[in-house]
Amino acid sequence: MQTEFLLQIKDLKASIDNKEILKGLNLEVKPGEIHAIMGPNGSGKSTLANVLTGREIATVTAGTITFDGKNLLDMSPEERACEGIFLSFQYPIEIPGVSMVNFMKTAINEQRKHRGLEPLSASDFLRLMREKKELVEIDSALTNRSVNEGFSGGEKKKNEIFQMAMLEPRLALLDETDSGLDIDALRIVANGVNKIRRPDTSVIVITHYQRLLDYIVPDFVHVLYDGRIVRSGGPELALTLEERGYDWIKKEADVTEETWTTDRK
Amino acid sequence: MDYRPEVIERLTELWEGREAGILKGSPEVFNRYRSGAFSEFLSLGIPDRKNEAYKYTNLEKSFSYKYEKYFSPKPDDFREAERFHCEVEDLDVWNMVLLNGFFPRGDEGLAMLPGGIWVGSMRAAAKQFPSLVEKHYNKYAQNEKDGLVPLNTALATDGLFLYAPKNTVNTKPIQIVNLLQSAQDIFSQDRNLVVVEDGAQMSLLVCDHAISPQHYLTNTVTEVYVGRNARFEIIRVQNQHNDSGKITHTFIHQERDSFASSNNVTLHGGLVRNATWHRLNGENAETHSYGLFLADKHQHIANFVKVDHAAPNCNSTQLFKGVLDDNATGAFNGRIMVHKDAQKTNAYQSNNNIILSDSARMDTKPQLEIYADDVKCSHGATVGQLDENALFYLRSRGIDEREAKLMLMFGFAHDVIKNIPIEALRDRIDNLVLQRLRGELSRCASCAIQCN
Ligand SMILES: Nc1ncnc2c1ncn2[C@@H]1O[C@H](COP(=O)(O)OP(=O)(O)O)[C@@H](O)[C@H]1O
Ligand SMILES: [Mg+2]
Repeated sequence: MQTEFLLQIKDLKASIDNKEILKGLNLEVKPGEIHAIMGPNGSGKSTLANVLTGREIATVTAGTITFDGKNLLDMSPEERACEGIFLSFQYPIEIPGVSMVNFMKTAINEQRKHRGLEPLSASDFLRLMREKKELVEIDSALTNRSVNEGFSGGEKKKNEIFQMAMLEPRLALLDETDSGLDIDALRIVANGVNKIRRPDTSVIVITHYQRLLDYIVPDFVHVLYDGRIVRSGGPELALTLEERGYDWIKKEADVTEETWTTDRK
Repeated sequence: MDYRPEVIERLTELWEGREAGILKGSPEVFNRYRSGAFSEFLSLGIPDRKNEAYKYTNLEKSFSYKYEKYFSPKPDDFREAERFHCEVEDLDVWNMVLLNGFFPRGDEGLAMLPGGIWVGSMRAAAKQFPSLVEKHYNKYAQNEKDGLVPLNTALATDGLFLYAPKNTVNTKPIQIVNLLQSAQDIFSQDRNLVVVEDGAQMSLLVCDHAISPQHYLTNTVTEVYVGRNARFEIIRVQNQHNDSGKITHTFIHQERDSFASSNNVTLHGGLVRNATWHRLNGENAETHSYGLFLADKHQHIANFVKVDHAAPNCNSTQLFKGVLDDNATGAFNGRIMVHKDAQKTNAYQSNNNIILSDSARMDTKPQLEIYADDVKCSHGATVGQLDENALFYLRSRGIDEREAKLMLMFGFAHDVIKNIPIEALRDRIDNLVLQRLRGELSRCASCAIQCN
């Protein structure tokens, strides 16, 4: 059966060290849609990205996540990646001794194996590398090094987008890929994402700022506050947030919660 | 109960029968030092944990074993060794096969390679180059509280001799394949001497391989002299089985403007202890000590390094890494000594270890003794698990957990391997390490270098 949604999150609750961080989160993403998730620091945005990719920092205590009709929570991180989920990390990891080339070759071939495909030949792989490097304007000097080792902040972010280009995910999560980038780097990264996208690629952009959304224009904007999506809207919501900040949302959300608790009594 | 009195009794018996078993046929220069060395051994004894340098290494299992044989192989034993052939693709070397540390064709074995470097047995060298051997033999080995060095001096009857006369350069690396093969359980002592004279260059690869399942214990002493502006590189690949013990003491003595590097890659071995001493005896010399080991089961691998900065303006690095699984134990003891006049010394030391199981254990101990004031010294040691964040990063790109762990371990190991100066060998060792990490290279059946 073909589902309408690529990703469907229902009433998701997750805690870290018994402290509830996600408190009943709902989100539905169709193929090809771009969603932006905004919200103040500490509201749970990265935790959501971790839960989606299977990083065991947070424990899921309730709710379901369905990806392409399958139960995502049953899958290992590598299975999720093979199914087409990709995270551009807020803080990419340096891995000394593991070369970018070997890393990408292994990742691509493991994903191909998952899909029942033969490994790429050495020449096809090198051609692909070259093509994608141009696309995201990343220097060969970087791809010849160990993974992220000695990369600047901007280079690390570009490298995330390069990996996304290589792996061609169905759902890309960009966790503050824009933070720490100057305007040129931001443009390159954003254009990279746009060039990589196929019509059915879905993207969830986690960001604080409107400026990335000038390049990657979202279909929906959600505000995540204190573990819940407290408001959703179109691209204009991002502009309002840019002007007015988060305080009014916080107030509104806190009020709603109080009212709700009072009602229950 | 202390196992040592009984072992010492056995060794004393050997010593008492020295007329036929040891002295006969041995070079006179060997015999000259024996008595003094044996009494020194008796007073120092077999090192135990009270000895700082052996604090984490228990020799009991290897030493208490009742070996049947102590001396050099008979001519017949060499037949198999001579058939042995190391076939590494692209590894263009001068190849020599030894048996339990001994050179075949004992007395006659000495040959000059193209380029002018001599390779052969100590026995033959003592005849052909008596004054050279006399000048260097037993001059660099230090007995400093380690009874096993004088034990070797007292009992060794032969070993390998390598000589690069002034300004000679070996055109290809020299590979020594040392086979451990015997029908009996054997405790052997080999004594080696390497002389690289002023302006000469030598690159040496030594592969130790157990090819029969007997118990072995080898106590090897190697003295290396590196003259002015000379260059010496040694790479050891140790691949033995779990019932083997390998103890090496390597003393590298360097004169001014010289360069030396030592790289010990321990893939397998029941008990392995490599002691590497670097003495920077002249100004502006450079020395590097590298080591990598992969240990599992009940293996114990220890590295002892001492870099002795006796002259000003010298640079040294120590980089040692270990991966330990199951009940394996490891030890690193790295010393930097900077003498009073050794100003402008640059000394660097690093020891990193990955522990894969709850019961594996690694002890690491840096020791710095610095008597000069204008010195740059740094050291650092880590013992830990694989980096969880790095592991997740790899998995999040679709790489299976097992493969991701392997990649991380390999990356960790490669950091040492990348310093191997011979490219074909570097690639080969990369491959061997990968196989070892995959668990494909369990017990070695033949030369690790030719493993498929
Ligand atoms: N590894 C962790 N250990 C403990 N608490 C954490 C950890 N990671 C995140 N948290 C907590 O979870 C909450 C949400 O953090 P995060 O998801 O990183 O927020 P955001 O990405 O929206 O800034 C914060 O209160 C943070 O302190
Ligand atoms: Mg975050």
